[in-house]
Formats: sequence, structure tokens, C-alpha cells
Amino acid sequence: MQLIAKGPLTPNTVADSFDVSRQAISKHIKILAECGLLSLSIQGREYYYSIQPKKLAEVNDWLEPFRKMWEDRFDQLDIFLNNSKTGKK
Amino acid sequence: MKSESKTKISRDLINNRLKITREFEAPIKEVWNAWTDSKLLDLWWAPKPWKSKTKSMDFREGGFWLYAMIGLDGTQSWSRADYKAIVPDKMFIGIDNFCDEEGTIDSNFPGMHWKCEFRESPRGTIVQVEITFSDKADLEKIIEMGFEAGFTSAHENLDELLRK
Repeated sequence: MQLIAKGPLTPNTVADSFDVSRQAISKHIKILAECGLLSLSIQGREYYYSIQPKKLAEVNDWLEPFRKMWEDRFDQLDIFLNNSKTGKK
Repeated sequence: MKSESKTKISRDLINNRLKITREFEAPIKEVWNAWTDSKLLDLWWAPKPWKSKTKSMDFREGGFWLYAMIGLDGTQSWSRADYKAIVPDKMFIGIDNFCDEEGTIDSNFPGMHWKCEFRESPRGTIVQVEITFSDKADLEKIIEMGFEAGFTSAHENLDELLRK
């Protein structure tokens, strides 16, 4: 992530900098891209990934994990309340 | 089923307070029961993949709820909620603390003052939770601990993503 922060890179360049397989790097990058943390641009035959600072800031928001915990919790309560509703009908 | 209503969180740093609001499509009585009956609480209180297990529950002013959050690897994290004020179907106030299995409070961790309010809305019930800390350091400590739960959930989501 820090590497891509310095400028857009291709997956191969990233893989060369780490002692891991290209497949592993591709998979990792794909996940970061799916989360919106990286964006993809295609120039000719090369794929360039660059960082999405705004999205990253959201993730870094100190409240985020706390929010996630409450959302998970309340989604579970929603499911429970819906189930008990259908159970009565 | 995914509800459209989202959890809203706001922070009031002057009063060291966090406010969490969420609407549920269910009558107030049902939502109230889900928050105050330990058999029901155990079904939803723990964020995934944790499970909640009640040891004892005495839901009345001066009583307390003693429960554990149990992780996938069997890790147990005990908490107790001491109920200070209860107005049925409207609100309750409690003090939350980390503790051991016997309910002895762990003073290394900050206590949290909870106020849960329930009110009718056109679609069902709005729940508002206010968590107040005695100072800013306490608030930050709890937020940091929330990271653990958040990351566990995040990893679980990642697992799902990887299975695709």
C-alpha cells in the first residue's frame, strides 16, 4: 500500500518489490480495488493501480470499527425482529 | 433481509459521549424485549463471529446482567451491566464494566454510562444509545478496543470475499 502511495504502479512492479508470488499480489490488489482503496487505469497493455486517498481516509476514521461493530450488532437484531414477526403470522 | 435504515453515530467530544441511533421495523414492545430479555440479547448482542452467553440476568433497578462474549477460539470476555434506572418500553440507564466470570469489575478498563431510549416512529421503533465516558482517554481506549471486534468482522468478510 505504501508503495502504491508513491505513484501508480503495475502489479508486476509491486510483485518485484516483495518476496511473494505474483498471484498473491494480484489477489491482494484485487481485494483492495474491490474495497475501493485502489483504482485501476489501463494504458496500452499495462494495468496501473493508484491509491484513492479519500476512501482511505474513511477507512482510517477512528470511529469506523466501532461503527462496524454496531452495524453488525443491529443487523443481527433486525434479523431477529423480522424472524419473530414472520413466526407470529 | 437487509433493512434500509442505517446506523447513525455521532460524537460529542466535549461531553465524552457517543450517540448511536437506529430505526427498526418492529413494535416498541418487541424491540424493548430484545434489549432487556437475556435469552433474546444472547441471540444478537455479540458482533460476529463472537457469541454472547448470559450467566445471570436481573433486569430491575439495582440488578445486573452478567455475560460473556465468546470468540471462535473459545476466548471469553466478561462484562456486566448494572441497571440504574428503568422506565418500561421507554428507556433504561446502566453502567457497563469489564469483569471476570464472577462479576468482579476489572478496574483497568473504563466504565461506560449507558442510556438507551426507545420511541415510536412511523416505520416502527427508533433506538438511541448514548454512551458517556468519564474522560476523553477512556473514550479513546474503548474505541481502540473496538478495533479488535471490527477487525475480526473485517477478516470474516475478507474470508467470504476470498471464497468467491
